Parts: sequence; structure tokens; C-alpha cells
Amino acid sequence: MKVKVKKMFPPGHVRTPSYLRGKIGEVERDLGYFKNPEELAYGLNAHKQKLYRVRFEMNEIWGETCENPSDTVDAEIYEHWLEKV
Amino acid sequence: MKNNNTEDMHSRWHDMGGKPAGKLEFSEHDFELWEKRVDALMVLASSKGYFTVDGLRRVLEDMGEKAFSEMTYYERWMASINQNLVEAGAYTLQELGEKMAEVANRGLTYGECNAQEIEENMNES
Amino acid sequence: MPHDHNNEMSPSGHPYRKDQDHPLTYWQNLEIAVREILVEKKITTEIEIQETINEMDNRTPSNGATVIAKAWTDPSYKQRLLTNASDASRELGFDIGPLKLIALENTKSIHNVIVCTLCSCYPRNLLGLPPDWYKQRSYRSRIVKTPRTVLKEFGLDLPKDLSVRVHDSTADMRYIVLPMRPHGTENFSTQALEKLVTRDSMIGVGLPKSA
Repeated sequence: MKVKVKKMFPPGHVRTPSYLRGKIGEVERDLGYFKNPEELAYGLNAHKQKLYRVRFEMNEIWGETCENPSDTVDAEIYEHWLEKV
Repeated sequence: MKNNNTEDMHSRWHDMGGKPAGKLEFSEHDFELWEKRVDALMVLASSKGYFTVDGLRRVLEDMGEKAFSEMTYYERWMASINQNLVEAGAYTLQELGEKMAEVANRGLTYGECNAQEIEENMNES
Repeated sequence: MPHDHNNEMSPSGHPYRKDQDHPLTYWQNLEIAVREILVEKKITTEIEIQETINEMDNRTPSNGATVIAKAWTDPSYKQRLLTNASDASRELGFDIGPLKLIALENTKSIHNVIVCTLCSCYPRNLLGLPPDWYKQRSYRSRIVKTPRTVLKEFGLDLPKDLSVRVHDSTADMRYIVLPMRPHGTENFSTQALEKLVTRDSMIGVGLPKSA
């Protein structure tokens, strides 16, 4: 499944790295549900969110001048940061 | 100069992936007793439900880049653990201020300021 | 990789440093005060704090080495490790608490390396506390963009046809690399194999020692 990381920049505690925002990757695996760190960080009653491992190709993240296009970055991204492509 | 785009303007300082940085430095050190105690306080405060590692990170991030360069790792942790415990109502700032003054009056070094307490425990038992 | 060949290492894989005997700092003052208040309020005890320190001190790269060597010698264990590395670690008696661990297998065509670009997430409940460089800007910034350049600084020069997979520990999972078993170790005992597994090889910035 191809997904795109939402390109948004709310101030505050989030766990989606900025270098991946707006980038398209492939879901590597579904990790199940975890409490939302964006609520936990403020001591709130956190809702559970689905968490995915998403694999991104280096040239998608860094462009054609990337170090090696066959290399990849995997990261865990919460569902509410992802949209289907 | 930074690009005038959204990413550069609004990505936060701790969010380091892909940002320019120098070569690695391989110096390593073992942890001092007080640092291990800070680590243990975090483990215990979170396992007892006072706050989570997310709260630890939130405060570390809000402390800003200056703290990252000027304070040591466990100094920053200690500041964050304390703020989270205060926010969770574990103790008041008045209690903390009085206790800190009492600790500082015990001696000059970390060892001396702990020693008195160890002595007291021995006298009690 | 000088940090793997130093003889003066503590069990957690760091050089020893003597305890401070210089003037009490503000943050040390805070640590003593908070600890004593939590004890006075019966939120914790001095014994519980010491036990927590001891537990952490007992978590060292040699725990990870035991897991890796077992996976090298027992194919069904290796399968269990790749399916659920937390359960596989517990199976060998390691108390890893709530750690959710994923093992990443290095092959002839894939090399894995782990990082946390947002803070310093590390498989600490198995390997102990992370080395200093893992927490610093240089590693966190560059390993996701130029992993080959960074790995070269560790002394690891990877061929172009080997894909590098960087794993950014951004949420609830922690990672450990299952390195390839070194050549010429077919007759090695599990204990002898454990000695070849370095901390850095389980982070992916090094390889196991050769036979």
C-alpha cells in the first residue's frame, strides 16, 4: 500500500520527522494500535491510533542527487499522518 | 541561508534528520551515580503512571536548542522529569524549593549532600 | 571502530569515569531533592531506586550477543526472533520490560542500521544505555541522508550493490540488527560466537569480529 505523509507543521510534540513530510512511501507492516503520543505528551487521556512502518526510497526523500537510490529509510508513522496515494 | 519554505521554517530543532551536521565524535563515557539515579527516576515515575516518555520528550523539546548544547543529557532529563512531576501534582514547588535549600546546606559536593541522608538512615536503623 | 576495542569498558560498554567529587551542581541538587521528596511521599523507596539502577546496569550488549549467537546456531530460534524479537529475548531469560523489539536481518544484499532522529530511542532494555555518539546531532542528522558516508566514519565501507536500510525509531518500536554470521565459524560454540558479536554490529554501524 502506497501512502503519503501529510505535510503539516503544527507546533508541539509530534513523532513524524519533518524530513518525511510530504513524501510517498510503501507500508512495510501494520504494527497495530498505540496511544497517540501527541496526547500522551500533554498528560491527556490518549486515543489509540494505528501505527505503520513505512519504507521510503532515498531519492523520494532527498531527490535525484541522493547518496544511493537503492537505499531506504523505514519509519513508524501514525495513521492520522498518512493519506492513501 | 535557509530556503524560504515551510519545512525549514517550521521543523523544530530536535527534529534533526537530514539537517547539516559535522563528523562523528567517538568519545564515550560511563554514567555517574547521579545520572543513573535520574534514569531510574524516569523509569519509576513512568511505571507508576505519573507521566510517560512522551511527556519527558515534550519538555526536552520545549527546553530548546540552547539547552541541548549547554546542558548535559541527564541534566536535561532531570529538568524534564521535575517539570512533568510538578505538572502531575506529585509535589509542589514550595516543597521542592525547601527541599533543595535543605540539600544544598548539607555540604559542598554531591557525595556530601547525599552522605547526611545515608547517615540518618543508619542512625534510624 | 575504536569504541569496540577498548579494554577499559564498563559492563554497559562505556569507558569508566569516576564519580564526581566537585561542587554540587544545580541539577544534582534537584535530583537529590526530587528523589528524597518521592521517598518521603512513599511514591518510591531508596531500595526501589537502587534496584532499578541495578536492573539497568545488568542490561548490556552481551545480552544482545546471546540473542544473536543463538539465532546463528538455531534456525527455529532465528525464525522466532524475526517474528517477535521481544518474545525471543524473553525466551532466553532477559527481562526487557515492555520493550517492543524488531530484529532486522542483514543479508548478502541488505545492510540494516538503526537511529532515532527525533531523540535517542534505543533498545536499552536489552542492550543497556546508548553510546554518546548515538545521541548526538552528527549521527542523528546524517545517517538518514548519507548513511554510507557515516558508516565509512565507523570504518564500514559498503559496496554499491548492497542496499542500506536505515530504520528511524520514531514511535513505539525498538530495533536490533541481526548481523551475518562471520565466515569460518562453522565449528564455533555458541559461547565463542557470542564473543564475536559487538554492540556496534547490533546497531548496524559495525560488523561482528571475524573468526
